[in-house]
Amino acid sequence: MKRVNAVVIGAGAAGGIVAKELAVAGLSVVLLERGPWYTANDCRKDDLRNQRTTALGNGFGPEDEGNPRVVVDGKGAEHTYLPSEGNYENNAACVGGGTLSYGALAWRFLPQDFKMRTTYGAPAGSSLEDWPISYDDIEPFYEKAEYEIGVSGDYLGTPFHGPRKRPLPMPPLPPNREFEILEPAAKRLGLHPFHTPMARNSMPYNGRGPCMRCRWCVGFACEVDAKNGTQNTVIPVALATGNCELRTECMAREILTDNRGRARGVAYYDARGHLQEQPCDLVVVSACAIESARLLLNSKSQLFPNGLGNRYDQVGRNLQGHHYGGAIGFFDYDTYDDMGPGASIAVSDYNHGTPGLCGGGVLANGFIRLPIQMIDRMPPNTPRWGLGHKKAMRAFFKRNIQVFGPIQQIPSADARVTLDPTVRDKWGMPVARISGNVHPHTFEIGEVQANRAEAWLKEAGAISAIRIAGRPDSVSAGQHQAGTCRMGNDPRSSVVDRDCRVHDVDNVFVIDGSVHVTNGGFNPALTIMAVAYMASASLVRNWKGTGFKA
Amino acid sequence: MKTKKGSLARRDFMIATVAASTVLLPGCKSARRGDWEFLSEESAETLKAICDQIIPADDFPSASEAGVLDYIDRQLVRHYRRHQKTYLEGLEQADRISRKRFGSDLERASAEQKLAVVSAIEKENAAFFEMVRRHTFEGFYGSPRHGGNRDAVSWRMVGIAEPPVLGRAQDVQKKELPS
Repeated sequence: MKRVNAVVIGAGAAGGIVAKELAVAGLSVVLLERGPWYTANDCRKDDLRNQRTTALGNGFGPEDEGNPRVVVDGKGAEHTYLPSEGNYENNAACVGGGTLSYGALAWRFLPQDFKMRTTYGAPAGSSLEDWPISYDDIEPFYEKAEYEIGVSGDYLGTPFHGPRKRPLPMPPLPPNREFEILEPAAKRLGLHPFHTPMARNSMPYNGRGPCMRCRWCVGFACEVDAKNGTQNTVIPVALATGNCELRTECMAREILTDNRGRARGVAYYDARGHLQEQPCDLVVVSACAIESARLLLNSKSQLFPNGLGNRYDQVGRNLQGHHYGGAIGFFDYDTYDDMGPGASIAVSDYNHGTPGLCGGGVLANGFIRLPIQMIDRMPPNTPRWGLGHKKAMRAFFKRNIQVFGPIQQIPSADARVTLDPTVRDKWGMPVARISGNVHPHTFEIGEVQANRAEAWLKEAGAISAIRIAGRPDSVSAGQHQAGTCRMGNDPRSSVVDRDCRVHDVDNVFVIDGSVHVTNGGFNPALTIMAVAYMASASLVRNWKGTGFKA
Repeated sequence: MKTKKGSLARRDFMIATVAASTVLLPGCKSARRGDWEFLSEESAETLKAICDQIIPADDFPSASEAGVLDYIDRQLVRHYRRHQKTYLEGLEQADRISRKRFGSDLERASAEQKLAVVSAIEKENAAFFEMVRRHTFEGFYGSPRHGGNRDAVSWRMVGIAEPPVLGRAQDVQKKELPS
């Protein structure tokens, strides 16, 4: 196979951006993606088979067949899960990755989110740390992501955001009914509500039309292509340069190294299951936190007997996603207006600064719900089945508002990805084995956030509420998975440096949520994208012909 | 032993169902006919009795009237193949409990007796009950494309537009809030 400059593994939030940045800079790129390329026609509006309700399978991969994972719960019990089962901690497997079907919330992290250890000190048993980069370092790349991917919204209502040079490129969608109910209540409580930033067109942008406000939003490909992911923004740009070749349904097996310990290529299984080798000058791993760690661990050689970049047993540690805290309020009038995307109003007042709490999180109203998503979210004391449940569905489906948000998770070194010693996938490769727990302080923050959400809903007129604040007995990862190849200056406690380069292999990069030191009190997609732009810029800056500048 | 029922009984039942749902729902398509893909006639009757306790009829159809059995039966040879054994054993157990307590198979028990048996199943075989409960809700509230939620009846019940209103102008949806 013809040698190329770069192989990028994974065409998701980060990989799509890296492929585009490298291709535009003139590098030859092969972009490998394990899943197919779906389009707006694949929306399907299937309430039972999409990327959030997966009763009949994942809408956008991976397939249940041949892709198991092993999860060890907090009590030490082992479970083998299918990709469509909740504890699998799935994201997606397709061009665009999670960004094809995500809710598209596109927040910037706050300046303190990059300095969590300095701000709070590390709680006992945690691996809380600062990022080696600051908000100011990444700010230009947040802006680039907002403009190239396309973000609508408005931060005007809130003082709780980092400095920014330009407003968002698109105004928010007009407020829905929940916004109108929640906004005055938030103000009465002294909060600072603002229009949720979303990677979703509110007007024609980038050659595509605006959101038509339908009911099938989060978990679905957008029927009118108004939701902005890498599959409809940067990846087409990468391909148009002529420098990037996208190979779909290709599963990376391992990163191949030479006898000097540098990467020389990538071995992968093509769509027909044949093993291929793609020689290259550099490798970028953008497979999402769990699969990126798995690929490095599966890339064993004489020089790297424990996997690539794993000299100090750091690959796979600090796995984190988001625990959620919040509440559902029930009203005695209709709050539902059948207007997607639903999520529209947020407060960042509670992300930092609560005495005794190590961080916090954003609170926002939820995405528009489908009936199947409400069956276990009925008012207190509703029977779980029978006529009482049916009547509650009828009475309250259109009369509830959900307010919740991701909690800044306190990382733990014991929450980790390793290789399972026995279970293999359909290609014969050891699968990811996920073990550990969420640090208990995260749950304490979640309970406080649930109280705050309930107070907001009651102020808005809710007649009753149920709280969302559990203490699940396993890791949290899923669509927000992060942390497994931590960015840091010290090779003994991190996997990549501030440029996302693996510490002891100078032509292998990990660029995706894996490098997040902490995951913010926000959905992480825009930060993954900003990190990808930032790492790509330094990669291109240091690139010279077929190698790196001395 | 279970009593063997002829197909006539089932046809009578289906006709009755169609008639009932036609009265309630003028747009309702006719119920399915022909053989089940996985269920036997007997196990279908038992499952119907359980599903219709989970979602009974009121102004709107019961689970089985909305096609939940069609949904579950179809998935038991597709996505839920791995649950076949749980279903067969659970349904047998339900009939066993019914015969022991009330001297008849579940489908012929009275409404009160059915409720008692389903409540007993919920306690004695939680794994099976939770599965049937979840699948019943999927069949009733999920997409009609999978055989359940016939004619989008549950969506009409909760009051959302079906077919959905698409391509709306963004500024026409302002509604008065109660003062």
